[in-house]
Formats: sequence, C-alpha cells, structure tokens
Amino acid sequence: MTILTDPPKESFRLSMLLYDTRYRSATIQVIAMFAFMLLAAWLINNAIINLNTLGKPISFGFLSDTAGYDINQRLLDYDSQDSHIRAALMGLLNTLVVAVLGCITATIVGVFVGVMRLSNNWLIARIMTVYVETFRNVPVLLWIILAMAILIETLPMPRAFKGDTPTATMDLFNTVAVTNRGVYIPEPLFSRSLGDIHVLGDMALRFNISMDLVAFLIVLGLSIFGMRKVTARANAIQEETGDRPKTWHVLLGLLFGPTLVLMIVLGFHLGYPELKGFNFKGGIHMRNSLIALWLALSLYTAAFIAEIVRAGILAISTGQSEAASALGMRSSRTMRLVILPQALRVIIPPMISNYLNLTKNSSLAIAVGYMDITGTLGGITMNQTGRELECVMMLMAVYLVISLSISGVMNWYNNSVKLVER
Amino acid sequence: MSDVSFVRTEMLPEQAPPGSEVGVIGWLRHNLFSSWINGILTVLSLYAIYYVLAGILPWVFLSVWNAGSLTECREIMNATWGGTHGHACWGVINERWLQLLFGFYPSYLYGRPILALVLLLLALTPILFNMISRRMNWFLLALAFFVTAMLMDASIFVWILRIGFAAATLFIGYQLVTLSGSDRAEQIAQGAKRLPNPLMFTAVYPFLMPWLMWGGTIWPPICAALGFVIGFVVLRFGKDHMSELVTMIAAVAAAVIWWLVLSGYVSDGLSSVLPIGIEAVESRKFGGFMIAILLGVVAIGASLPIGVVLALGRQSDLVIVKALCVGFIEFIRGVPLITLLFVASLLLNIFMPPGTNFDIILRVMIMMTLFSAAYMAEVIRGGLAALPRGQYEGADSLGLDYWQAQRLIIMPQALKVSIPGIVSTFIGIFKDTTLVSIIGLFDVIGLASAIRADTSWNGIYWELFAFIAFLFFIVCFSMSRYSMYLERKLQTGHR
Repeated sequence: MTILTDPPKESFRLSMLLYDTRYRSATIQVIAMFAFMLLAAWLINNAIINLNTLGKPISFGFLSDTAGYDINQRLLDYDSQDSHIRAALMGLLNTLVVAVLGCITATIVGVFVGVMRLSNNWLIARIMTVYVETFRNVPVLLWIILAMAILIETLPMPRAFKGDTPTATMDLFNTVAVTNRGVYIPEPLFSRSLGDIHVLGDMALRFNISMDLVAFLIVLGLSIFGMRKVTARANAIQEETGDRPKTWHVLLGLLFGPTLVLMIVLGFHLGYPELKGFNFKGGIHMRNSLIALWLALSLYTAAFIAEIVRAGILAISTGQSEAASALGMRSSRTMRLVILPQALRVIIPPMISNYLNLTKNSSLAIAVGYMDITGTLGGITMNQTGRELECVMMLMAVYLVISLSISGVMNWYNNSVKLVER
Repeated sequence: MSDVSFVRTEMLPEQAPPGSEVGVIGWLRHNLFSSWINGILTVLSLYAIYYVLAGILPWVFLSVWNAGSLTECREIMNATWGGTHGHACWGVINERWLQLLFGFYPSYLYGRPILALVLLLLALTPILFNMISRRMNWFLLALAFFVTAMLMDASIFVWILRIGFAAATLFIGYQLVTLSGSDRAEQIAQGAKRLPNPLMFTAVYPFLMPWLMWGGTIWPPICAALGFVIGFVVLRFGKDHMSELVTMIAAVAAAVIWWLVLSGYVSDGLSSVLPIGIEAVESRKFGGFMIAILLGVVAIGASLPIGVVLALGRQSDLVIVKALCVGFIEFIRGVPLITLLFVASLLLNIFMPPGTNFDIILRVMIMMTLFSAAYMAEVIRGGLAALPRGQYEGADSLGLDYWQAQRLIIMPQALKVSIPGIVSTFIGIFKDTTLVSIIGLFDVIGLASAIRADTSWNGIYWELFAFIAFLFFIVCFSMSRYSMYLERKLQTGHR
C-alpha cells in the first residue's frame, strides 16, 4: 500500500527575496527603481533649493522677451527686436542647414574616397589612405578652427576687388565673389514672381512660403509622376513582347521640360553679387563661419564614411559577382541588382549614425561664431538671461528630438532591409 | 611500323616569366599602369604629390626657429629668402611649446606630470604587452623611481629613497642580465618564488596619479584607496560568518560609509597631524596637451567598466534595470558633448547640495566619463549581440551562474569582437577632450587662440595648428595601430 502525500506546501519566506532566483530579480528591480527615484528626488530637491536661493525659479517666460542681438546668417526674417524663441528658431534652422549641406558633401567625398581606396592603382589607394588617416586622427574642432583661420587670413578683402586695377577678381565668369567676409553666390530671382504667403502673421514662429518654390515643387512632382507612368508602361511592354521601348528621351523631356517652361513663365534670372562701397551687395552671402564649419565637418566625416564604404564593398564576397556573371548578367546589372543591395545593407546603418555625429558636431559652430542653436539658445540667449538650466534643457531636448528621429528612420530602414531568416 | 611519335616524351624546362611581369617593372605594370586610365591617374597623382610636397617641405624645413614675434620672423624671412611666402615660423612653437604642453602648470613642477605620464606607460605595459616579463616591468619601475629620486632636492629622506631604489634597480637589473628568460622559467617551474604581479602597481596608479598632478598631502589618495581595502577585508573575513550575498552587500556598504562619512575627517585629521606631501597645484593652472591626456586617460579608464555594466544592463531581462540603462544610453548619445560640458561648467553645482563647489576639471571628468561610457556600452552591446546563442546555452549547461558565465565565457569573447569599436571610441574621446576649450579651460586649442590673440603672434595659425594636429595624430594613430596589433594577436583563426 502506498501512501500518497502532497509535497510540502511551499510557504513564502522573507529570505527567498534574496536567495530564490524567482524573486531575486524582482528584489533587484525594486531596489534599483527605489535608488533611482531617490537619486532623482535628491537632485531635483537640490536644484529647487539652489534656484530659489539664486532667486530664479524655473520658468520659460524669458523666451518671449526681446532677444536684442543680431543673427547675421539666417533663413527667415529676423531682427534684434524679435524674441528669444525666434532667435532659437533661427539657430535651429542654421543647425539643420549646415547638417544637411555637410551630410551631402560628406557622402559625395566619402564615397569617392572609399571607392578610390580600393583602387588597384597603388598610388591612388595610398593617397586616399593618407587622407583618411589625417582627417580621422585629428580633432574636428581643430579642423573647424583651422578652416576658419585659413578663410579669414588668406582670402582677399572685399576692398581688393575695388578700383581700376583690382588685386582680386570674381570667379566663375564674374558670378561668385570669394572674400574673407564670406562667399557671395548668385541668387535665383523671378521677374513675374507669384509672391509669398505669410504664415502665422506676427507670431514668433512666423514664416513665409514662396509660391514660386511651391509651383516648382508641384511641377517637379507631376514630372516624376509622369516618369513613373512611362517606366511602368515600358515595363509592361517588355513583359508582354520582350522588347523594351526606348524611354530615356521621354524621361529626360519629362524631367526638364515642364520645369524649364515654368522658369520662363515666372521670368527666372540670376541676381549677381556686386561691389557697392566696401562690400558686396546682392546674391546670397554665405558667411565664412558657415563655410568653415561646412568644409571641416564634411571633410572630417567623409574620412569615416570612406572607411564605411570600403568595409561595405569588401564585405560582399567575390562569389556574388561571379555567380551573377555565371547567370549571364552584364556588369552594370550585377552592380545594380546584386552588389549594391547587399553592400548598402552593410553601409547604410553606420552611415546614418555618422550623419548623426555630423549633426551633433555641428554644435561646435560656437567656436567660429556660426549662429546655430548652440550659438543662439546655448550661447547669447543663455548668457544674456542667465537661465542656464532652462536653456541647456531646451538645447538638449532639441538635439534629442533630432537624434531620435534620425535613429527612428535608421531602425525603420534596418527592419525593411533585414534578411528574413527561418 | 615506324617509331615515329607525335607526342613529346620529355617535358620542356620551365621558362622564366617574361621580364615585364616580374620585378620592379612587373610591379609598376600591375599596380600603376594596368590600363591607360590607371596610367593617367598615376601621372596625375604623382603631380599632386609633387605639388603638395613642393609646398610643404620647404615650408617645414626652410623656416625660422628663433624669433620673438611674427614681425621679427617675417624680417628674418625677407632677409634670408627675399619673401615671407612658403616659410614656416616655428619661432612661436619654440617660444611657447612648454605652455602648449603644460598650460600654466608651474614650470619648476613640470617633472610631476612627466613622471605621471611615465608611470602611466609603465602601469599600462603589463596590460598592453604581455610578452614583457615581470622582472623587466619591475626593473623599469624601479629605474623610474630611482631617476625621480635623483632629480629631487637632496634631503635625508630623499637619500634613503635614492639608495633604496638604486639597490632595487641594481638587484633586478643584475638578475635580468645574468639569468636568461628560459633559465628563470625553469627556476619558477622548480618552485622558485615569482616576483609579485606588476598589475599591483597598475591598481595603485589611479590613486598615485591625482596626487602627482594636484599635489597636496598624501592622505586623501591613501584614504580613498583605504575604502577599497576595507571593502576587500570585509569580503575576505565576512565570508566565514555570513552568506556570500550578505558579505558582498556588507563590503560595499562598509566602503561607501567609509568614503562618504569617515574618510573626510580621517584625511583632514591626518593631514593636520602629519602634513606629508608635495606642493599643491590648483586646477585652473592645468592646461595644454596635459589636460587632453589627463581627461582622456580618466574617461577611457573609467568608461570601460561602466560601459560593460551598462551594456549588460541593456541586455538584461530585468525590465526596470533595462529601461534605466536604455534611457541613460540613448539620452547621452542623443545630445552633443558640448551640452554635457555646459552642464559640467554651469549646472552641476545647481544639482548638488547648497554650498558644494567642486573642481571644474573633476566636473568635466565626470561628464566625459558618462559620455564615453554610453558609447562604450553600445560598442560592447554590439559585441554581445555578435556572440552565438550557443555560448550562453553552453555556459548555462555547465551550471555557471550569471556572473561566472559573463566573466569566463561571454565577456572575453564579446570584448575581443568589439576591440576595433572600443579603440575607436577611445580615439574619439581623446579627440573630444579639445571641446573643453569652449567652456573656458585652457587646453591646446584654447591656448592656441590665446597665442593668436597675443600682439606679437597675431596672424599666425598654420604653425600652431600643425603642431597641435601633430600631437593628436601621434597619439590617435598609435592607438589605432595598437588595436590592429591586438586584433591580430587575439585572432583565433576561425572567424
């Protein structure tokens, strides 16, 4: 006869919180949470006490006060009577301008250098290695300040363009003036302009929408739509008959034709910079600070991008291209359909994180006096108002939003090209 | 039947490859002139190289070394070469290089940062190069201390040090010369006592370095080190009486109580009773390249362990711990370093209890460490993710607990995989130390701006920036080469 007994009922003992792995993790988490909240409470409490002693409790009211300083490089209209928040907006736009310009140039230079480093020409590969190592191993701040110093010290003064026998002349058929106060380039003008729409009236975040630009975007959108239709039709014909109709001239016409017509309709012409008095007037004025920052950031980041591109191409085994040619693919199609899709999967994530680095490094603009968000909100506004906590918090929030949105894009891309495995 | 055969019966002798395929000509054909496009590119790049070198070499070597100002420099250039263009004025470096290296550190104390740097290298040797023997390590250390003692002002105490270190140097040096490495290995195999591990000195170094740099009495660093000793003692002797986990907690608690509550009083008391020490140097006198090395070394040294912990936290199953780690890492990685340095210079005091006011360099160090730790965590997480699941499962099936598995199985492999990333983070941090010039510390770049604003050197920039770039290039380039060497050394063959 067997006696069946239940196993002894497990009762909860306090020591199990430490020794039983089932409960220990909960204990650790509760302690961690508690410690974190304690730390946060301590910091916040200290901050409140200190700020009250200093007589400046947290408030963001200062943002609507008059800024009182000028921003010399800006995209929207602004004067020193505008508020701090508008100055910060100008700064943010300037950050985005230099980031976008920098990313484009860095990509072009980086891809070129990365491909050239793999060249079977020994000399070219070595030159590119020297470029990469030089730029990677020296701080970017040094490059920025050096670029600024070179621009200021070596370029001619606007005065040098003056007189009957000027010591300096304008470049590119008298259209671009390179001076030590910045570069003046032609600006697009429309003699029959459609005008601007003022949005948000008189508020701090007001801006104008140029109807000319809108018209161009609409036309360009329609052109691209038409081009896709033509390509789709060509694909359908190819599927049916095996012959692909020639489409390149139609596509070219669709891309440029409507835009050209619109340009003529709106009376497009270029406004050239001209020397008036001691300075150039007209055209778009790109300050030295912008050019130095743009140049230094893009050359520095290009060195990193070159390494990424090189690694990406090396990561694709030669078997892939051999297999493609065994299937009878031409080399251009091999590149487009076999090599690039695989290489891009390796290249793009680190590339985007380098764009992110470039954007964050653009905060070094403060060293050359380019008025980006760090120069306005984290520079003059902070010094004028003495609101360090609020300004730094806003500054961090702005950069966090930029970074998180870029990494959001990166994650979306990563998921969309992820190899689907079993 | 005839014996005519149409098949050759003996092999032809091997012929030498055509002259155009081997030797210098072959190499040139393959690497420089393999096609006409390549030929054009080669010629173009040769021209580019000539153009650059023709600009740089005369600039560097046909230059003025002794001049007190830029105008004087230009006068000398005009007198010598009949023009100022294309000649460097190294006079500025000649006059200011000590300042660029040490900032405003008192010049009669330059020996201290230099000693700190030499000792840093000696403390790192056992970690970086495992082929250097213990005897060699201790010999170099004893030699360094002996030289230091010889350079100090003579007193009875210094004479005792000199004799002691001389004896140690001679003793180890004599053994090193007379006893070859293999003989020594045999002795050890037969049970001879080994020299203590030189990593002991590496452990002491973090306490020695701040004392050498900032000076003051010897008690604060000793008291800081005592915290670790106390924790260790509790861990060692508590094990017999308490369970392992409780001992661990008790050890940490004892050390923390010592640091937060007791050590301040003890070190103050000892400092007033026994004021043994060296001249104190204030933080605002720190500057130049020294600051880059100081910040770089501290941030690099501290960020690796913190980064490992953060990476493990991010990979962990504990939801709250994971959320805290992810939040920290993403926050730090999302903002530029310059905003964190603003926090260090303007805001950190606001978050501390009223009345605390701690050193600006220390505040910057904390922020740089946190910054690099977040990046390090991501690099190590990449290494952890690269490990196959089987490694974790293998560790589990052997019955290893979490920390044993991490220490013995996971981390060694993950760290090895992430060496390139870790070293490039190190290089990035080292370069980022220049940002402190923006918050008003006089590092090399801050000093260069000050020199350029000086009336006698107004208008000079290439020479200064070339010198600074050279300093950084040397350090960063050697770091990247070392990482390649390490990768090759740790390569286990199957990738």
